[in-house]
Amino acid sequence: MMQTRGELPNWVDVGLIPLINLCVALIASGLVVLIIGENPFEAMWIMVQGSLGSLKGWGYMLYYATNFVFTGLAVAVAFHAGLFNIGGEGQAYMAGVGAATVGLGLDWLPWPILLPLAILASMAMGAFWAWIPGVLQAKRGSHIVITTIMFNFIAASLVGYIINYGFRPVGKMAVESREITGAYILSAREVAREYFGVKIASSPLNFSVFLALIAAWAVWYLLWRTKLGYEIRALGANPAAAVYAGIRADRIIIIAMTISGALAGLMAVNEILGVQHRLLLGYVGGAGFVGIAVALMGRSHPIGILLAAMLFGLLYQGGSELSFAKPEINRDMVVVIQGLVILFMGAFEYAFRPALSALFFPLGGEDNQ
Amino acid sequence: MNLYIELLASTIRMSVPLILACIAGLWSERSGIVDIGLEGKMLIAAFVAASASAVFGSAWIGLFCAVLASVAFALVHGYASINQRGNQVVSGVAINMLAAGLAVVLGNEWFKEGGRTPALPPEGRFLPFEFPMLYDIPVVGTFAKIFLTHSILAYFAFAIVPLSAWALARTRFGLRLRAVGENPQAVDTAGISVAALRYRAVIIAGVLCGVAGAFISTSLSSSFVRDMTAGSGFMALAALIFANWRAYPALGACLLFGFLQAIGNFAQGASVDGFQIPVQFINMLPYVLTVVLLAGFIGKSVPPRASGIPYVKDR
Amino acid sequence: MTPAIELIGIDKRFGSVHANKDVSLAIATGSIHGIIGENGAGKSTLMSILFGFYQADAGEIRVKGKPVKIRSSSDAIALGIGMVHQHFMLVEPFTVLENVVLGAEGGRLIGPALVKARAELVRLAKDYELEVDPDAIVGELPVGLQQRVEILKALFRGAETLILDEPTGVLTPDEADHLFRILRTLTDQGKTVILITHKLREIIAITDHVSVMRRGEVVATRKTMETDVMELAELMVGRRVLMHVEKGPATPGETVLEVKNLTWKDRKGIARVDNVSFSVRKGEIVGIAGVSGNGQSELLDVIAGITRPASGQVIFEGKDIGILGDPRHMRAEGLAHVPEDRQHRGLIGSFDAAESAILGWHHLDSLGKGYRLDRDKVIARAKSEMEEFDVRPPDPLLKSSKFSGGNQQKLIIAREIKSDPDLLIVGQPTRGVDIGAIEYIHKRIIQLRDEGKAVLLVSVELDEIRSMSDRILVMFAGRVMGERGPDATERELGLLMAGVAQDAA
Repeated sequence: MMQTRGELPNWVDVGLIPLINLCVALIASGLVVLIIGENPFEAMWIMVQGSLGSLKGWGYMLYYATNFVFTGLAVAVAFHAGLFNIGGEGQAYMAGVGAATVGLGLDWLPWPILLPLAILASMAMGAFWAWIPGVLQAKRGSHIVITTIMFNFIAASLVGYIINYGFRPVGKMAVESREITGAYILSAREVAREYFGVKIASSPLNFSVFLALIAAWAVWYLLWRTKLGYEIRALGANPAAAVYAGIRADRIIIIAMTISGALAGLMAVNEILGVQHRLLLGYVGGAGFVGIAVALMGRSHPIGILLAAMLFGLLYQGGSELSFAKPEINRDMVVVIQGLVILFMGAFEYAFRPALSALFFPLGGEDNQ
Repeated sequence: MNLYIELLASTIRMSVPLILACIAGLWSERSGIVDIGLEGKMLIAAFVAASASAVFGSAWIGLFCAVLASVAFALVHGYASINQRGNQVVSGVAINMLAAGLAVVLGNEWFKEGGRTPALPPEGRFLPFEFPMLYDIPVVGTFAKIFLTHSILAYFAFAIVPLSAWALARTRFGLRLRAVGENPQAVDTAGISVAALRYRAVIIAGVLCGVAGAFISTSLSSSFVRDMTAGSGFMALAALIFANWRAYPALGACLLFGFLQAIGNFAQGASVDGFQIPVQFINMLPYVLTVVLLAGFIGKSVPPRASGIPYVKDR
Repeated sequence: MTPAIELIGIDKRFGSVHANKDVSLAIATGSIHGIIGENGAGKSTLMSILFGFYQADAGEIRVKGKPVKIRSSSDAIALGIGMVHQHFMLVEPFTVLENVVLGAEGGRLIGPALVKARAELVRLAKDYELEVDPDAIVGELPVGLQQRVEILKALFRGAETLILDEPTGVLTPDEADHLFRILRTLTDQGKTVILITHKLREIIAITDHVSVMRRGEVVATRKTMETDVMELAELMVGRRVLMHVEKGPATPGETVLEVKNLTWKDRKGIARVDNVSFSVRKGEIVGIAGVSGNGQSELLDVIAGITRPASGQVIFEGKDIGILGDPRHMRAEGLAHVPEDRQHRGLIGSFDAAESAILGWHHLDSLGKGYRLDRDKVIARAKSEMEEFDVRPPDPLLKSSKFSGGNQQKLIIAREIKSDPDLLIVGQPTRGVDIGAIEYIHKRIIQLRDEGKAVLLVSVELDEIRSMSDRILVMFAGRVMGERGPDATERELGLLMAGVAQDAA
């Protein structure tokens, strides 16, 4: 039995401990900056300025955050079912194929029909790529962590092949599809110009950001306001009690993974339909892994995920500004911070609990083995 | 140049980092610590090896520093998994990211080449041994061209397989290590420290990943570039599963996967349209095979029973 | 003669649980000393302290008269103490030889140790009837042989005193008899054996001395020759304040549940429920008495639809549960189930009380149409149940894990009773529950009976069974030993619980 001195108050568990862990992660990141010989506070200020100091910065920050909301929600839904879906990267990549297939194949359709179809196709491809590991886990007992890792690599090769042989126009050197013209409507800038005659700062922000908000709400609704969500959370929180309650684990595992994959797939809407307007190699660029950090930091709750996604959006946008302002600090500093956040909020999640327990229960002289 | 000889020699070269990482994973996972951070440890080692070798002009110093860096990362993973009883998968993911980020950030700061390290002179690299006098002899020459054109690290990798197999099977340490990966309570009740055993396993994994990383940046190539391990750590993990957590089958799996990588490289070198099988399918084959195996369609893979589960003294 | 082991004033707490209270014991050299008590009486904790797995908060241990400090299992092993754990400490993919050698290799290479162990095993096999193939894979051996490997491990390490924790729980009667012969041979050759069990029959059959533990204390130590099953049973259970439960006579109606020749086997193929038949009618409480671990839990799981029987039938309201299937369908048919292990199955600690209060019933239409789960209705339902059943604090938003045991149990009982079942199956309804809550829980169960519902009650508390039941079945080793009326004496039931079948009462 894990004997703790006593139950810590809820706000400590949900609020204080994550906050301390985050601070430690940021302090460690600051140390890295210090090692490079720069001032961490200055660096942080440049990052905040770079993303919150201008409309364009906000645009970029929210664009990054949109991706991270999708991948973060994907990780969170699986987490709630007790599953660790590391495959967001591959699921999002496959979803790009769905988005591009519909976006290019049906581009004669008017956009109000084309767009929803393309979104559904993205979700379907992402879901499919998570469904297989889900089935393998539920029916064959293959460990979901390993299969989703493998599926990331399989997707990397497979999508590369599909783009090269299926989408690349004859004679084009770059391995990418032709332009998807039907979905320009998603871009905030285009809409402003087309319908309002207003010119706004150039940024990749597009209407997917609303889709992200809807997805966050939908995940909240699913998990806390539906019977299915109840079953998902029950299975993840206490499998024995779930069995007692007649909840079928295999069914829930498959459903949760499918939903998780569909959410990761939505990233294609932001990136392929909203920004790149074409399917290109390696477009996911690690956002699937950022989702893990976002979900851990957001405590797998949609509101927490929205906030964490914005923080990471800030880090990504601020990070690139920082690398302009201070070439000594590479953009990849963000990846370091990301790694430290996952380390301290995930692997060292309980590191500060004993100390806090001692603080809250100074006289509890009980055995804490 | 005979294409097949070159292909087989390349197979051996490509499988070296896989073998080292796979045996690293073998040690770690047989002790019950799941290690998806092989990739990150190799990457940081590749970076440190190339950096230290560039600065000190010695491949051996590069190797030494690479091993230190890799072990440091391994100890972070060990501390998270053993003392903090944290989620080992999460810890592994964190280590992969940390390594990927740090390598580029530090490299950029130290060498100002956007994360690249400077090209190494010959003395900064582990160069292949050459036996030109053998290459012209019939039959023997063919073998020599395949097997005797590698650096010392490659031979180390091939030596580490029987050594590990022997140590796991025949030594006290190996016996206890295998036991702790199956049933840590049995080890604890026998009066042996579970944590000490697991730390030792994790450190061995760190050392081997360190050598693997050094091989990649100072033997296979002559500098570090970002993400240069390109998933080898995960492919090694796949090989480990494929080999059912055993040393000799792991060698076989790594050679197979190395062979596929070598074919992939050749296919990329030649005109893509000339080949029947697209290179992407060759590249994904190791992962597909592993998934098929995991699903229990060919044989059965049985991981060490206690792997991934933090040991809590409990009843 | 100095005792082999002396424990003096051992005291141990885990959090709020006082596992051992000032325990003192002396174990005579060359004897078999039984320690008996119910689950949770503190036997295993005490032995874990002796074996160095835990440190006592206070007290002293003496081995052969000398005070010793045992800080780890290796200290214990060095002092000649060996332990055969209830859950074997074996590495299943290893051979017998490798298991025996583990931790006693004697050098950096295991080759020499294996040679030595092989010779030693031959000798031990000859001396103590401990034959086992040294090259067999342990995981492939039957349980009885695995246990032999555990004993061999201890002897190979030079154990003078052997502790066996519930050794017969996993054995067939034949294997158990063989084990006892081995233990007797061991003591004949000067070894000392400590046997921990909750089975009275074993104590009588094999031990020289017996100590009874109850709630962390040693309440008595007897020479086995000078005591009997009845006295031990009383000491074990204790003379509790007899619970007074007000209830009128039962008016049983038609049969709701019929169990016919039911057998359930565990993974290793041992029949945990063995050819059990009985029925429960409307308007009666059928109690199943028995020392825990005699198949009651497994029986409940089969009836609830959680596990599938190996053979036999369970017929619920005229329908075979083989066809009805899973717990969800059983609930839909009118079954309610209060599980034995409330912490691990009855509720979900991280959920708030309102959500735990719908566990298993969450798909009811009254909680939201179709796929929806109406939060307001969930909370309202929990609130009314909590008020009616006096769950404290009556806060549906408080995390389930933060309620006391009694209040958690009331929450579960409320959930199941309010589902308006035709049959309520209840396991250990008052385990770890305070007196006030016990009374209330009993009252509600009887009320349910008086409304004409059927109740199947499983409890290890004999008093509870006697005061609640209209008919009493006693289970022993997976079988129903007999059926008695509510007026059966404690003695009668105690004998049945000990597995002593009587022809006439």
